[in-house]
Amino acid sequence: MTVRDALNAAMEEEMLRDETVFILGEEVARYNGAYKVTKGLLDKFGERRVVDTPITEMGFAGVAVGAALAGLRPICEFMTFNFAMQAIDQIVNSAGKTYYMSGGNVPCPVVFRGPNGAAAGVAAQHSQDYAAWYGQVPGLKVVSPWSAEDCKGLLKYLHMYSNLCFTPQSAIRDPNPVVFLENEMLYGVSFPMSEAALQDDFLLPIGKAKVEREGSDVTIVAHSKMVTHSLEAAELLAKEGIKAEVINLRSIRPLDIDTIKKSVKKTNRLVTVEGGFPAFSVGSEICAQIVESEAFDYLDAPVERVTGADIPTPYAKNLEDLAFPDTPLIVKVAKRALYRTN
Amino acid sequence: MQVLRRATLTSRAVRTLQSARRWLQSPSLTTERHGYLPDSQSPITPELKFFNSVTDHGGKIPTYRVLDGVGMPIDGAEMPEISETFARKIYENMVLLPTLDTLLYNVQRQGKISFYVTSYGEEATIIGSAAALAPDDEVLGQYRESGVLLWRGFGLDNIVAQCLGNEEDTSGKGKQMPVHFGSPQFHFLTISSPLATQIPHAAGVAYAITRSPRRGKNCAAVYFGEGAASEGDFHAGMLFASTIPSPTLFIVRNNGFAISTPAAEQYHGDGIAARGPGYGVWTVRVDGNDVLAVLGAIREARKRCIEEGRGVLVEAMTYRVGHHSTSDDSFAYRSRSEVEDKKRIDNPITRFRLFMESQGWWSKDEEDALRARLKKDVMQAFKRAEGMQKPELQEMFTDVYGGEEPWNIREQREELAGLLKKYGNDWEPWKSELERFKGKGQEWLKK
Ligand SMILES: Cc1ncc(C[n+]2csc(CCOP(=O)(O)OP(=O)(O)O)c2C)c(N)n1
Ligand SMILES: [Mg+2]
Repeated sequence: MTVRDALNAAMEEEMLRDETVFILGEEVARYNGAYKVTKGLLDKFGERRVVDTPITEMGFAGVAVGAALAGLRPICEFMTFNFAMQAIDQIVNSAGKTYYMSGGNVPCPVVFRGPNGAAAGVAAQHSQDYAAWYGQVPGLKVVSPWSAEDCKGLLKYLHMYSNLCFTPQSAIRDPNPVVFLENEMLYGVSFPMSEAALQDDFLLPIGKAKVEREGSDVTIVAHSKMVTHSLEAAELLAKEGIKAEVINLRSIRPLDIDTIKKSVKKTNRLVTVEGGFPAFSVGSEICAQIVESEAFDYLDAPVERVTGADIPTPYAKNLEDLAFPDTPLIVKVAKRALYRTN
Repeated sequence: MQVLRRATLTSRAVRTLQSARRWLQSPSLTTERHGYLPDSQSPITPELKFFNSVTDHGGKIPTYRVLDGVGMPIDGAEMPEISETFARKIYENMVLLPTLDTLLYNVQRQGKISFYVTSYGEEATIIGSAAALAPDDEVLGQYRESGVLLWRGFGLDNIVAQCLGNEEDTSGKGKQMPVHFGSPQFHFLTISSPLATQIPHAAGVAYAITRSPRRGKNCAAVYFGEGAASEGDFHAGMLFASTIPSPTLFIVRNNGFAISTPAAEQYHGDGIAARGPGYGVWTVRVDGNDVLAVLGAIREARKRCIEEGRGVLVEAMTYRVGHHSTSDDSFAYRSRSEVEDKKRIDNPITRFRLFMESQGWWSKDEEDALRARLKKDVMQAFKRAEGMQKPELQEMFTDVYGGEEPWNIREQREELAGLLKKYGNDWEPWKSELERFKGKGQEWLKK
């Protein structure tokens, strides 16, 4: 199943189950979404639940927040998270803080979703990873899925909880806004789905990373598309007798530091991989948390962050390719952690 | 929905055609023979004519008023229906608002709270509009609308508790600055500090109303200043309430200032009202110091808003008599005499009192009794609240997230618990600080 189909299935299943779930954004209805992720939903649910909006990200993010404050469960699609910059005040200051500042009176369960991170050939203003930006904000949950299974299970989880929240007496409530960071270049990629993942009650909890490949020599932590490259790197490393453990973060906030610590205690080496810029990045945070913890004593080599280059994303294809991590680079850095190269 | 949309489109098309026809009949303009632009119904004209006004006569938008400066109905006034009891309730709330403001303003001056804003001069706009809404219409305020909560019966205790952030604060458990009230029970969304964010929220709240059994019964009423209307959020909110239609009632308090910036520097056009028709939104400008005009305008606006299920805009023209907030001294940018003149010549409370007296609904004795009673009530509420404790210390960590508490919150809570256990019973600064919280931190010291 492709990532696109998994996202689509997750939304359809949740809309069938819960009347309060609706989608809004630019081109989501008649056009089926800029990347066709909402394909067929208008026909199935009608224009009251799949809503094409005028072009103002701040506007429809604000409307989504308002609808959530009044009891609906909006899925707010951005054409890309680059354009969500226009709406960042609504995401951070309104969605992220209202529950706290109202002393728990007003939950705001919006899912802000759309493609994030570098795409291909679209230059600096369309190619940026916002995981670290949103990862900083108390009150937001931030998810960066990789596979089709991740996408389906994590997106549905949100609504599973928001639906229960509609019963005021319910013990389980998840009134939290979630930033759901997809990747354009993964939409068309097919992943095998387990039998469980195909069921409509398949859920993955936010805040748990997944060990995608076990190993004992070096830990590679990645999220989103960089999981693909990390797994390829692990394959190449295996040919040289190096057993790399690859962790798919899935969730940026809360960050599953326990899983990373456990792995580091086993491998004694840590490499982080992401498509974002290096400064104040997800890797920087992981590094800091490891250094502050008891896992520090287990390290046999410096932690190294593999990230995008510290420049606005170039347009020219040759430069763009050089600006982001690829499989050989991850192999090289992993080997450096093992003192096998420099 | 499909049916409804088609119906509104049709009636809108009819209106467009009617106005197009009027346009055609004016001698200076085109004739029928030039026809219309396909799709848009815009009449074709051979004349090159710019326009810069939304009125038929090319002038300024008029201001609806029913009471003159001494509280007498003006000629031909379309008076709203009002009973004596209702009028008295309005008047009492108009007097309560500045009484409360004066107390809390002084409490701030004494350093007991960090911040306050008064509504001086805007009592008619705030109480008149509150009185025109249904008690369960959702209200989204800016920060100068505590009068809506007074009108709805939120109560002085709740107001004072919020401003002091004490254990009885139902608005936000002491997690917000003063005046950031909120109450699900009284249908008042928690005030949001970044200006104008509440405007698109209102369009979203109203959209949610259309998806519920309250459709056709309630609207979302959003208040904001003429300064906040410069934010993009205002334009986005208006656009949404008209294109993805939702019953959103936009109430702009044009009080002449955004902190020190005079309204005239906030826009070059004809105020905020001129923008309404640009979004296809029914609009009216009202004298915001005439409480009966505000009542009448908001009643009619609300009716249209709910019947059509679309945004309606009301611009209330008033004057901010007080400083912007306790962080401001307005005499740095306007003269004391200007303010004193306004207070004397165009006082909304006096104007309505004179009307009440002319109806035989109010007397000097009642006035004296009311003022004395309100002063006592307000002082009592403050005295009661002053001795109260802060909410439990652990509330600092609650409500960041709903549902299961993430480890990063739990870890911080446990860290503080550890420190309190170690020092809280013995170290003087912490020991006395803990006294101020409900439960005195015992829930931490014991654990
Ligand atoms: C986004 C944002 N920008 C600036 C401010 C600071 N600020 C607070 S109130 C205010 C003036 C608002 O004036 P107006 O909307 O006319 O309301 P009034 O105070 O006159 O009632 C400003 C600039 C803010 N709170 N939020
Ligand atoms: Mg103002």
